[in-house]
Amino acid sequence: MRRGEPPRTLRQHAALVYPGAMLGVLFLVPFAIMIAVSLYHRVEQGFYEPGFEFTHYARFFTSFFSDHLLFSLFIAALASALCVLVGFPFTYALVRLGRRAQIPILVLLLSVLSLSEVIVGFAWSVLLSKNAGLSNLLVWIGLLAKPLAWSPSFGAVLCGLSYLTFPYTILVLYPPLSRLDREMVEAARTLGASPARTFATVVIPVLRPAILAAFILGFVFTLGSYLTPQILGRPQHWTLSVLITDQAIYAANIPFAAAMAMFLTLVSLALVAATLALNRSARRTP
Amino acid sequence: MEAHGVSLRGLRKRFGPIVAVDGVDLDLPAGKLIAFLGPSGCGKTTLLRLIAGLESPSAGRILLDGEDVTEVPTHRRNVGMVFQSLALFPHLSVGDNIAYGLRIRGIDRGAQRRQAEELLELVQLPGVADRHVSALSGGQRQRVAIARALALEPRLFLLDEPLSALDAKLRESMQVELRLLQRRLGITTIVVTHDQREAMTMSDLVVVMGHGTVQQAAAPLAIYRAPLNAFVAGFIGSTNLIPATIAGAGRIVCMGREFAVASLPDGIATGAAAVLSVRPEDVVLHPPPASRPNGLGGRVAFIRDVGASIETHVDCGAVTLISVATPKDRLDVDTVPTWKRSCRRRLASW
Amino acid sequence: MRRAGIGLVILFLVAPLLVIAAVSVNEKKRLLFPPHGFSLSWYGAIVAESEWLDPVLRSLGIAAMAAAVAVSIALPLAYFLWRYRVFYAKALFAIGLIPFALPPVITALGYLIFWSSSGWSGTMANVVLSHGVFLVTLPLVTVSLGFEGLDPALTEAAGTMGADDLQVLRTIVLPLILPYMVSGYAFAFVISLNEYIVAFMVAGFTVETLPIKLFNSLRYGYTPVMASVTVVFVALAALIFGLVARFGDLPRLLGALGPRER
Repeated sequence: MRRGEPPRTLRQHAALVYPGAMLGVLFLVPFAIMIAVSLYHRVEQGFYEPGFEFTHYARFFTSFFSDHLLFSLFIAALASALCVLVGFPFTYALVRLGRRAQIPILVLLLSVLSLSEVIVGFAWSVLLSKNAGLSNLLVWIGLLAKPLAWSPSFGAVLCGLSYLTFPYTILVLYPPLSRLDREMVEAARTLGASPARTFATVVIPVLRPAILAAFILGFVFTLGSYLTPQILGRPQHWTLSVLITDQAIYAANIPFAAAMAMFLTLVSLALVAATLALNRSARRTP
Repeated sequence: MEAHGVSLRGLRKRFGPIVAVDGVDLDLPAGKLIAFLGPSGCGKTTLLRLIAGLESPSAGRILLDGEDVTEVPTHRRNVGMVFQSLALFPHLSVGDNIAYGLRIRGIDRGAQRRQAEELLELVQLPGVADRHVSALSGGQRQRVAIARALALEPRLFLLDEPLSALDAKLRESMQVELRLLQRRLGITTIVVTHDQREAMTMSDLVVVMGHGTVQQAAAPLAIYRAPLNAFVAGFIGSTNLIPATIAGAGRIVCMGREFAVASLPDGIATGAAAVLSVRPEDVVLHPPPASRPNGLGGRVAFIRDVGASIETHVDCGAVTLISVATPKDRLDVDTVPTWKRSCRRRLASW
Repeated sequence: MRRAGIGLVILFLVAPLLVIAAVSVNEKKRLLFPPHGFSLSWYGAIVAESEWLDPVLRSLGIAAMAAAVAVSIALPLAYFLWRYRVFYAKALFAIGLIPFALPPVITALGYLIFWSSSGWSGTMANVVLSHGVFLVTLPLVTVSLGFEGLDPALTEAAGTMGADDLQVLRTIVLPLILPYMVSGYAFAFVISLNEYIVAFMVAGFTVETLPIKLFNSLRYGYTPVMASVTVVFVALAALIFGLVARFGDLPRLLGALGPRER
């Protein structure tokens, strides 16, 4: 089997037919239709009809929707920043544990990562509730006079989003941190740097692209949260994802939902592209 | 005429802008052990992979036992190959690794098993057929890879840097063992190596490669004694290379003085530029004054005494010459600031 | 100090799950913490009440099939890319990575429009196919990692011993890729099991998966089965990833170098 040579015969391409068809029909086509629909004309009380208009995009700039967009971006950035702030030192400590000790923690992280947003939202709503929450525990210890309801609130949404994003952040940081040359850290130590100084002057600068990548990917991930703001927040805490779904399902305004989705796509793709570019330039200057 | 096991005709291989093998014509005798020797990047491994059919040539033909196999895919060439990484299949036992080729041919399990055991006997590793590959030591894996490559009784046995992963002691003993095994089986064998000592130990014929071409193909001692050019002289063993000019029959000029040489290559004109290659063991040190024939004066710059041999670096102006002697020839160099050179030497033209 | 930090973060990750586990054993139907009494009856209710059992089984079925679809797309694509490295295969690979780089609501809306305009909507097959393509990223990444880790000399060695391409694929490549296929399947399975928004937009009103059922009942108030079913699903995810770790190299799958590459 000679590798790396271009395929010559049609038969060699056979392996590509099925994946190509599946991804084409079930990913590219829906996407293309969505782009088209975002420009279609909406029919009241019904669906939409072919057309070419930017009204849905224009409507996006009314203050109601742009406020929600700004709120979405703000809370996503905040949650993602929190995750990186805690997640980076955590991952650094994690990769320095033995391989065997890492595994149960990785299993926990993956399990949390895979949890449905419903479950996470539900769990936090219970944890922050007046009846069965953490505050009851504090009352029991004697730190609090009577139990409080901490949800729904901005803090609750932030907690839930950070909880959702945290394992994701760790998994983005894990490969570069576990591949970090340990001798580089040891060299800094022999040159007189304390562990904390080594972390600040060697580890963080070397891994700056990875940190940025983790922030941006976490940001995009958080931007997509749909259930958490509904379960843990009030209507003013709803993110763009909630609005998109609301417009599509309950208001039956699919062209407008599609326009918002396109906007979100562009923002996300631009951020992902920025991450890739950062990683590439970092690889060029080792 | 000797039968040719492998014949290469105008073989070329390019990878994009890089020409890895650049027009190789070579006839390799059947039943012998041939070493492809050269520095890394000289094209020796590519040449081996072309012979195995793992790369397709950009130009040229490959003949095995007189049959043109250029277009024959690897799996129909019947060549046995030992890879540098050994490439033992991690999901198969030792026995199943060795029997892999037999299984592909559809030979029944019982016969596969018997042959695998016989081959393990052959490489002096009996009774490990059921073990997992990862349970073996480096040297044992080496033997398994050799047994596996020989399982189909291939018409050609190819080894790509087969011993490079072993430590120095084990490597030396495996060289001898591999050579004895090849003699016993009489199979045409090609070993790719960058270790000239390994090539000298094992082979009937050494093919020195450099810059994608064959620099010289000859018996090991012939290459050592009569290197065709400065590249070969420098790569095989260590040598002193001194720029020189041909002064006439049996005479050359170097470092402004005339020297007598035993023989000159044919077809070299008077006044032509040349390189004089003098093996360090042919450089003999004498106390001053330097009045002997072919003698040169100099100052001892460095002495490397490793017990079994003593290497002396002598600074004589334009060049630093290296002399190697056994402890029996030891001189009290502190009192000997000058030295002499004997007349035995070789000339290498460009 | 380092261990204390790790412990604190783990506490943050585990705390909500512990509270859920605690309230799931409440004796009465009320949401109380610390729990009053001890009862496992809410776990029995998952099996006893078809209101809960149906979505659980439906979700398991969808996840099993969707993960199979995802692996079936990823395997030939990853193989082709490993074998030939041509630009259109790379482009297809990149397309396979996009679903995970975008907020899922986008893909979900794409499916909503696609299926409703296809005239074939609201069935479980739609959810399976949508999840299969949406989750293709996971097996694509793990299987490609498996191919990348394959020593090319192994396939060449098989070639010198007389194996043609198909035999090399069957006897060498697939057995060595299998662990990566299994872990890719496991990742896709667990994520599909917990996925809400795509399932909701594709067939949320006709095919009630467990996450959809959970959210619907959350809107109408609390019932302890929500807690018990959550505990079961967390335990299932932990079990599956634990098995992946037991039979595969989890750190390597997540991007750390293998022990031999270090």
